[in-house]
Parts: sequence; structure tokens; C-alpha cells
Amino acid sequence: MKPISIVLIEKIPERATLIMGALRAEAECEVTVIATDEGLARRIADIAPDLVLIDVANPSRDTLEALSLASSPMDRPVAMFVDRSDRDLTRAAIEAGLSAYVVNGLRAERIRPILDAAIARFHMFQRMRTELAATRAALAERKDVDKAKRILMTARGIGEEEAYAMLRRSAMDQKKKISDIAQAIIIATDLLK
Amino acid sequence: MSLLPVTAGFLPLIDAAPLIVAHELRFAEEEGLSLSLRRSTSWSALRDLLAFGQVDAASILSPIPIAGALGLGGGAAPLDALMVTSLGGEAIAFSGRMAHHLEGIDLHDLTAMRGALDMPLRIGVPFPFSIHAELIYCWLGEGATVETVPPSLLPDAMAAGELDMFIVGEPWASGAVERGIASLLLPGTAIWRAPPDKVLAMRHDRAEDDPELTGRLMRTVWRACRWLRLRENRITASEIMARSPYLDLPADLIEKAMEGGIEFFEGCATFPWRSQAEWIGARLAARNRLDVTAARIGARAVFRSDLYRQHLGPAGADLPAASSRIEGAVSEPGLHPASAGRVILLPDGFFDGSVFDPDLP
Repeated sequence: MKPISIVLIEKIPERATLIMGALRAEAECEVTVIATDEGLARRIADIAPDLVLIDVANPSRDTLEALSLASSPMDRPVAMFVDRSDRDLTRAAIEAGLSAYVVNGLRAERIRPILDAAIARFHMFQRMRTELAATRAALAERKDVDKAKRILMTARGIGEEEAYAMLRRSAMDQKKKISDIAQAIIIATDLLK
Repeated sequence: MSLLPVTAGFLPLIDAAPLIVAHELRFAEEEGLSLSLRRSTSWSALRDLLAFGQVDAASILSPIPIAGALGLGGGAAPLDALMVTSLGGEAIAFSGRMAHHLEGIDLHDLTAMRGALDMPLRIGVPFPFSIHAELIYCWLGEGATVETVPPSLLPDAMAAGELDMFIVGEPWASGAVERGIASLLLPGTAIWRAPPDKVLAMRHDRAEDDPELTGRLMRTVWRACRWLRLRENRITASEIMARSPYLDLPADLIEKAMEGGIEFFEGCATFPWRSQAEWIGARLAARNRLDVTAARIGARAVFRSDLYRQHLGPAGADLPAASSRIEGAVSEPGLHPASAGRVILLPDGFFDGSVFDPDLP
């Protein structure tokens, strides 16, 4: 059987490598990675792949939509969303943040293992993204609290523990998060400088 | 009363105002809804989220549900347009080179402009199924070549010298002028004075099977549209929309874009005219070599003026006597027959004075 030709649209090289590895482990396929938005539709049309994989959050997805329109009555539609063959699979892809365009005529049983592998990778990326965002937010909050503590310590000549107790008490009184109170102190101090 | 949860999707554009206002100003709670919003980065992604039930409703380009009914594009489930949520709100941006080329031409004379633009042009549109693309074809003819570039990337494409002009929902066109990328703006309403740009869409089966939720959501969005008709409220709305979960852009840029060329409510703006859908459906069909008569029938069924009458009539919305009209025939604001009394309709003329009569083949 001819290897399935896949275009993967992915800007981050590490992600592209991971996905390619997962796809190649599942099926005999040729993967072309496109990392830029420029001339996307034209480049895909030139490659004429069986399958296009793109992150659902990538705004360039809309440029692919034009490929679904046949340019002349003799053309077959270049790309079509996968759902028509397998709704559950599409739902799983969408939940994982993956969009897949499958060219008409590619049989469902050939697509499934590839998409399953891609979906698993995308789930992993989503988890990593969520974790990274949470870690960043926690770090930012801790920075604010530290800064507010130092402001209180200098302004009132108190120790670190006492400054933290003040922040906590104020947060409880105002029914707000400690980091919110800290942020308010930082902003107010900046304004009063 | 426990609130009914509902999720609606949008793209960061000024025409998302009705949904954002409905959420932020608690119009949803008044109707017993707990409305959460989900921002999307592309129209195809938002359409798929809607089709697969990840969102219950969406503020979406009016031709998308129609294209789906015609079997065009990658739509996965039939969608209904429950009401129109914005008329206009698009702008055409010209590159510096094109602005120079158009020097000396009366920019109010679109026929003269069209003559000057009779040359190979690279024109960017945000989506193949958009009122933006239809306006370009309507103005420059079916021979115009357009390419799809997502709204947020259109200014960059022009900056890179890839586009001569583009049409996009505001504030992306004004933003491109402010950044010095584009030099000239023409509002979309110069081509058609009342183009139905966005609709509130739901999956067809959902809108049919859950009239309670559908009615509540329609009333919520309709009240938000009514609130947005006042200029001073639009200033407040601009401040809210500027925040990071929504447009994440400077409030003054949004406010300026909200001042002109977009209508949310007046003149029965929210009414989904079957004839608007037919106009879009007929054009899509002709360009894609589909049967135009069948397409018009399919398209008109998508704009649910019946649900509009059912759910918004009792809430006090103006109801025109007919659900179809001759598009482009209203030249002055005026009174027209309604189900009860009369309604005011705003001008909806086309630049060349043409009309679209849904009763003619």
C-alpha cells in the first residue's frame, strides 16, 4: 500500500518532532512539516496530501477552508473534515485541540490509527500547556506577595512574618486572595511614589 | 431559581459585543441563564465547536450556516441562524500603493472606484464563507480573486506586501491604519448599506429540541443588542471589550470602530430576513456551480424568522409583516407594515442601486 502522505502544520519544532515520531510508529506515512503561515493553502495544494493535521488554536486553519472548495467542476474537493466518516473520532480530535482534514476517498480504517496517535500527543500538549500556565501564575503570585511583604516591612518597620500576617488578615477581611491584596499594595505604592 | 448553563463562542471582533455585553452586564441572568463565553481563533474552529456541541451557540459569520446547508465547506452538522446580531462593522483597507493609485477618484463613487480597480489585485478576506467575501464579489464582480487570511493576520500580510487590499471586521482595519500598514479605509456599508454580518447560530436539532434554552438565549442577546443601540452605552461596551478575555486591544481603538458603520438593533436589525439568506445562498451557489433555485430554498430555511417571531415577539421585538423583502429597496428610513402596527426600517441600498427580489427567479 502507498504510504499515507500527511502535512503537519506546526510552528514549534519540538512538538512537530514528537508528533511525527508518534505518527510514524503507527503507520507507514510521509510527514511534511510546514512551520510558516505564508502561502499555506498554495503549499498544501502543491503537496496534495491525504491528510492535514493542524492545531485547532492556529488561526491559519481558516485558510485551509478555501481548499475544501473545488476550483473547477473537474476537481475533487481537496480537503474535507473527517467527521463524515467517523463522528466519535472527530469529537475526540476536537476535544484534544486537533483539527484534521482528510482528503476524500481515504478509507476510515487507515485514518484511525494515525489520528488516535495524533490525538494522544495533542492531549499531552494540552496538559503541558495547562500545567505551564498554572506554574507561571503561581510564580507571578508569589512574586507579588514577596514584593508586597517587603513594602510593608519597610513602611511599617515590621518583620517578615508580621507583614505576611497583615496581608492574610486583610485578605480575609476583604474576602479576597492574598495575591490580590499584594497586587493592590504594589499598584498603590507605585502611584504614590 | 437555578440558572441554566449555556456556553457561547465568539471571535475577538467588535461585533462580538452582544454576547460580551450579555455576559458582563448580566442580561443572561435576567433570563435565568448562566452564560459562559469561549473565544476562538478561527471561524472553522468555532463552527466545529458548535457542530460538536462544545459550545451551545456562537456569534458567527452569517454565510457559514448557509454554506453548511449547501454542502459547502467542512461543516459537520446543520446550523440555524436564530437572529442577526450585527449589520455592517466591516471595513476595506487599502495599501499605500493602492491609495496612491486611487488618488483623484471620488471615494463616494464606488462605480468609479471599481473602474480604477479593474486590474489584478491580491484581496484578503477572513473566510471563504463571509459577508466580507460577498461584498467584494458584489462590488468588483465574480471575477475577483480573493484569498483567505484570518482577521488577526490580515494586517501583517499587508505589511509583508502580500495584499493590495483586504476586508475585515473591525477593529482590525482601523488598527492596520493606525499602525501605518494601510492608508485608506472604506466601510463595507458603502457597498451594501445593511449587510447582515454576524448571526447568533445554534445547531439546528438543538434549537428545535430545546425551545426553552433557545428562547432564553435569543431574548438575552436581543436585550444586549437593544442596550447597544445607545452611543453612550457603546463607550461602556468598548471598555469591557478591551479586556484581555475578549478583544485584548486598546479601548479607544474599539470605541472608534464602534462609532461608525455597525448597527446592532435599530430598524429591525436583529430580524433574520429570509431574503438576506437567499441573497447569500444564491451567490454562493452560482460561484460554486450549484443549483441556484435549490440553494435559495435551502438557504432561506436556515434564517429562522419563525423562531424569531415565536421567541422574541412576546418579549416586545418589532415584527415585520413579512419575513422576506426586496433587498436593497429601502432608500430612506421609513415606516413599513408590521404584524402589529408598523416598524421602522433603515436604508439597505446597494452601491449600484440594484435590488434582489426573492419573488423573482
